[in-house]
Amino acid sequence: MEAIIDYISVNQQEFYIFILAIFVGIEVISKVPTVLHTPLMSGSNALSGVVIVGSIIVLGKTDPANYLGLVLGFLAVLLATLNVVGGFAVTNRMLEMFKKKPGKK
Amino acid sequence: MILQLIDICYLVAVVLFILGIKLMSHPESARKGNSIALAGMILAIVASFLTPGLNNIALILIAIALGTVGGLYSAKTVQMTAMPQLVSFFNGMGGAAAALIGLVEYGDLPVSDTGKGAVLMASLIIGSVSFSGSMIAMGKLQGVIKDIRVNKILAFIVLGFSIALAVYVLNAGEAQPLLVYGLVLLALIYGLLFVYPIGGADMPVVISLLNSLTGVTAATTGLLYDNKVMLMGGILVGSAGLLLTLLMAKAMNRSVSNILFTSFGSASGVSAAGADGDQVAKEINTYDSAILLAYAKRVVVVPGYGLAVAQAQHAVHDLEKILEEKGVEVTYGIHPVAGRMPGHMNVLLAESDVSYDKLIEMEDMNEQLPNTDVVMVIGANDVVNPAANDDPSSPIYGMPILEVNRATNVIVIKRSMSSGYAGIQNALFFDPKTRMLFGDAKKVLNGLVSEVKNM
Repeated sequence: MEAIIDYISVNQQEFYIFILAIFVGIEVISKVPTVLHTPLMSGSNALSGVVIVGSIIVLGKTDPANYLGLVLGFLAVLLATLNVVGGFAVTNRMLEMFKKKPGKK
Repeated sequence: MILQLIDICYLVAVVLFILGIKLMSHPESARKGNSIALAGMILAIVASFLTPGLNNIALILIAIALGTVGGLYSAKTVQMTAMPQLVSFFNGMGGAAAALIGLVEYGDLPVSDTGKGAVLMASLIIGSVSFSGSMIAMGKLQGVIKDIRVNKILAFIVLGFSIALAVYVLNAGEAQPLLVYGLVLLALIYGLLFVYPIGGADMPVVISLLNSLTGVTAATTGLLYDNKVMLMGGILVGSAGLLLTLLMAKAMNRSVSNILFTSFGSASGVSAAGADGDQVAKEINTYDSAILLAYAKRVVVVPGYGLAVAQAQHAVHDLEKILEEKGVEVTYGIHPVAGRMPGHMNVLLAESDVSYDKLIEMEDMNEQLPNTDVVMVIGANDVVNPAANDDPSSPIYGMPILEVNRATNVIVIKRSMSSGYAGIQNALFFDPKTRMLFGDAKKVLNGLVSEVKNM
């Protein structure tokens, strides 16, 4: 318990960001029309793929002799990429349909 | 110098994320928002490649290439109806990635670092729950997995064990790799137990919540690496996702805890016995329906999931155009949770170029319904079920509905008399004003178009 409190105190800055980001997130989407709920959920889903940065770092620092680590890290990068690329592509496809162009198709 | 450059890239990426989400909340700027968020993501990925001493670059590039191909392929080829499943799938991938990072990192982290250890345990547990939960949610939307009743207490015991293991591992004093795998396994099982009993109609809310959880794991991973772009991006998704969850639950007039901790199945047993008896629904054929529509002044279309399944969005737009040529005013009544996700119907109809101003939201539509000659319900069920207003024993009691029985005539286009996603019978079908038009939505609508044309 003590260790955790120490950790919070040492990393104060991170925890301030943590709290402030919560409010930014709420503030930024508080006025969303229902029409955009689905695309927005999909878009924020793509953003949670930012974990790809962590998976690149983890695979990048894994010892090439640590096979288990390599496999797990490889999977992490692969899955996170799926999340990012697929997420943005699906969102884009949803939003494309909102384009107002008379006489399309 | 390189470290500073990375920091600045991350900072710019965070700004782009916030701007992206902000722009995504307005219809005109939404596409731009998506591109800006994507630019931020690319910048963050490029910056992470600059990390000093990065090994295995070939492996990383191969993984990214494979993921890109897979992601693009599935996103481009998916059917409109299956998009919610795909979002759920991608979300699960993010959660799994976070959990995998935690597993690799556990081997490297000094055991004495309890603070980071606690963050890592959180990553592992939340990431695993998000992964297995998303997979079940996907299976349910796909119709592969049925509702299973699960003892809530059992689920919490599993989660409790997982957390207890995490606490034990943190205080063990030496590395416990086996126990770590054990706690991940328990967390995965909790994810299954958590989503299994939740009714399919509530899946959008669950996916939004799981999406928020994946954001939180990205943030805890950020804490692990003192990486601000992951921290900020993750929390942004976490809080935005949570707010979205609350908004969706509100649209269904249910509290989140009600959705998560009481299953649909438990309530419906009571109401089934009372209502129906030997009521008979009245059928109507295409020709009579066409007459009814062509000579109406105001027609309202209420689309539901059935429209999406039948891919009938273009057919319904054709019918709208031909009716308008005959001087009939056609609008669409959009229930906030019609389909499988909020906004599902808007997206679907936008695909067939139905004009925006014809899509009327529920509250406004309910005011107009008494002056409407014909309501055409296409593949919608629970969102027009009057039991939500007048049957307290019904599991959907209290959910706001489109009050279509206030219009003069109701035509229900449906494949059969089977019940809706909530699994309950609909008294609307037995209303004296209602006529049933059985068949596949697309075929029926095309039939109506040619009948109206010939008049």
